[in-house]
Amino acid sequence: MYAYIVRRVVYAFFILIGVNLITFALFFKVNTPDDIARLQLGVKYVTPEAIAKWKSDRGYDKPLVYNGGAEGRHKFTDTIYFEKSVEMFRFNFGRADDGRDIAYEISTRMWPSLALAVPVFLVGLLLQITFALMMAFFRATYIDFWGVVLCVVMMSISGLFYIIGGQYLISKLWNLVPISGYVEGFDALKFLLLPVAVGVIGGIGSGARWYRTIFLEEVGKDYVRTARAKGLSEVVVFFRHILRNAMIPILTGAVVAIPLLFMGSLVAESFFGIPGLGSYTIEAIQAQDFAVVRSMVFIGSVLYILGLLLTDISYTLVDPRVRFE
Amino acid sequence: MPILPVILWTDALVYILLAAVAGFVWYVRRHEHLRAPWWRVAQTPAAMSALVLLAAFMFAGLLDSVHFRLALPATPATQEGKDAPRSVAYAVEVKSVLDVLLSSIANRPERTYSAPLATHAYAKETVEVQGADGKFVKQVRDYPRLKYGGAHLTDPQREWRSDVTLSAFRGLALALPLWLLLSLFLVAACTPLEQVASRDFWRDVWGGKTEVPWRAVLITLAGVLLVIVPVVFLSGRYHVLGTDKVGLDVLYLSLKSVRTALVIGTLTTLVMLPFSVLLGIMAGYLRGLADDVIQYFYTTLNSIPAVLLIAAAVLALQVYIETHPGMFPTAAQRADFRLLWLCIILGVTSWTGLCRLLRGEALKLRELEYVQAAQAFGVSQWRIMLRHILPNVMHIVLISVVMDFSGLVLAEAVLSYVGVGVDPAMISFGTMINAARLEMGREPMVWWSLASAFVFMLALVLAANLFADAVRDAFDPRVRIGGRKMRLTGEA
Repeated sequence: MYAYIVRRVVYAFFILIGVNLITFALFFKVNTPDDIARLQLGVKYVTPEAIAKWKSDRGYDKPLVYNGGAEGRHKFTDTIYFEKSVEMFRFNFGRADDGRDIAYEISTRMWPSLALAVPVFLVGLLLQITFALMMAFFRATYIDFWGVVLCVVMMSISGLFYIIGGQYLISKLWNLVPISGYVEGFDALKFLLLPVAVGVIGGIGSGARWYRTIFLEEVGKDYVRTARAKGLSEVVVFFRHILRNAMIPILTGAVVAIPLLFMGSLVAESFFGIPGLGSYTIEAIQAQDFAVVRSMVFIGSVLYILGLLLTDISYTLVDPRVRFE
Repeated sequence: MPILPVILWTDALVYILLAAVAGFVWYVRRHEHLRAPWWRVAQTPAAMSALVLLAAFMFAGLLDSVHFRLALPATPATQEGKDAPRSVAYAVEVKSVLDVLLSSIANRPERTYSAPLATHAYAKETVEVQGADGKFVKQVRDYPRLKYGGAHLTDPQREWRSDVTLSAFRGLALALPLWLLLSLFLVAACTPLEQVASRDFWRDVWGGKTEVPWRAVLITLAGVLLVIVPVVFLSGRYHVLGTDKVGLDVLYLSLKSVRTALVIGTLTTLVMLPFSVLLGIMAGYLRGLADDVIQYFYTTLNSIPAVLLIAAAVLALQVYIETHPGMFPTAAQRADFRLLWLCIILGVTSWTGLCRLLRGEALKLRELEYVQAAQAFGVSQWRIMLRHILPNVMHIVLISVVMDFSGLVLAEAVLSYVGVGVDPAMISFGTMINAARLEMGREPMVWWSLASAFVFMLALVLAANLFADAVRDAFDPRVRIGGRKMRLTGEA
């Protein structure tokens, strides 16, 4: 198994290089620094000097991949590709357009993001599984039918409306919690309550329906029939046999999302004014701050690949039948 | 010629899509094994009801996909030079057939917000009160009358209620015969005439015993007509869903958003479909190096967070548009190009799922006897992929196309909120929500824009979800087997 994991890590590294090349192409070949400078400084009436100054302030005035004028290894290191893209592998992200250190911003904004994303993930998963369990246990009855109908209706509503509706109902009409904002420490609870609730409710529809199909797939299997033939009661069959086996695909499927929790939620964070990585990304997109967007692309990819790796490992841990060559 | 037809990029793709669907229908009708699953879809009441609703949306979307520029009235200068060849100047504004049909509600802007069916503005303003002799008397703070909404009423406080109810009732009264006519036409078009003429057949329809669930279809049709016809009647004199910040009719905005949503939902998957099908089958069938390269390619693309990739691509497009103003003579063409680009880039981020599924299926299929037989006969690899693998994975392609639709419609709203969705000038559900969400804090609250976007989106997405579920159940062999087992255990 260790050989397998090592191979996966090496493969992940190659994928990261691919991601790095794609983002480099997007941000320096498709959108050249000149274009970005022109967009930032106002398209019309911009002088070449202003563009040159903008570029040199941010270190974009070097050759893209090969610096013929430099000496020795500086031919390759003294270039935009090396300084802006390769450095990211060392988690050296440089500075945003407003001059702030991106790595520092990320390390401070990570915590509010996690404070929102982790409860949403855990409570959401628990509720989805419970709801799915209920529908699967009462399968082919009215409870199941109307449960599925409710799920389909809930997943047909845009997440934006859950947020807007929650803010209106809980904060504005009933005045229970603040509409938006955030403070450090324990007081954050009252700011997080509503976003977490909204996030959980918004995810129930699709999640519960998906897990229901997993449960039902398990219900049809032979070992369940064997368990019934032994004379076990339906409750025991369901909670001891089906639930345990269905948890394998459910949990391994959820693992991939865990690392990405760091990235936070784009929409919820900006709606609720939580200073996490999601709102950081949105602000960067709206301010067209390419240095930040580039860093977030890189981090997001690293986390996703980490998630894939964890998924593979969790398969081997949970299911002894799974063997990798 | 008074109009200059304009075919926008997305229009062209919509026409191609329409032709493809027509061809597909023709092909399916001639093949028994393809007709069978569609027949199962046609027997699902929820799917058929959803189809009625979807058809109404699609009708609006198609009308909105025929664009043209109106000729400007000849100026005196052109009239004078009679000998010179007449050159007609066309308006810069690109209109669609839907715009023309809705011109009565589109061209009646109020000053700012007004509530649904209101006769007075939403906020108080300083109004000049005139005496009986028409002279200026004094200024008071009051709700001013709207310019168009209920403008025909002389005393709105007294007449408004009866006028609105009367218009609505007139609409309802017309909806009923219209519904009878349409249902007769619809049923007659799909069943043999002698059946339609018999009384037993109609008894079965109302008893819900027909194979095609006509009862569900006709009830949905009645519901749709009972909403549409009164709204048409009322919209002549009121803003049925109110007006937004700049005084535009919200009903008009909602109807225009339908096309944007449909285009994003359908074109996104179709733009990338050839690539994902080709690459997925190649990876699964050819194995070896091709498999490695393709897998590497889609895992890499998949690793980049979708929103950020879209953001980067949309920013790139903005730069491109700014530097190439000559390519986009009208604002509509610019907005349309951005919509197309959004479809493409959304497709790039979402094609990998289908590609992986097809690879897995092709891996299974290549070991089957009929493929091995083809190989033994010396059929070329490309021919095997085209004739033997492709037809047998088409159900997966179809399922994923219909399943993706609703998710993409929802994604558009979120992306537009983030600022990397459609052009801000393009009317869509996302831009509507975005503009309306800041008005939550107002007192009294401006709720009608959000409510309209909510209702329209829910209707569209819910219908799409119900239809997609029926298609999946009919085409996915695994689900059907599971379903049968489920019923057995349910009885036990």
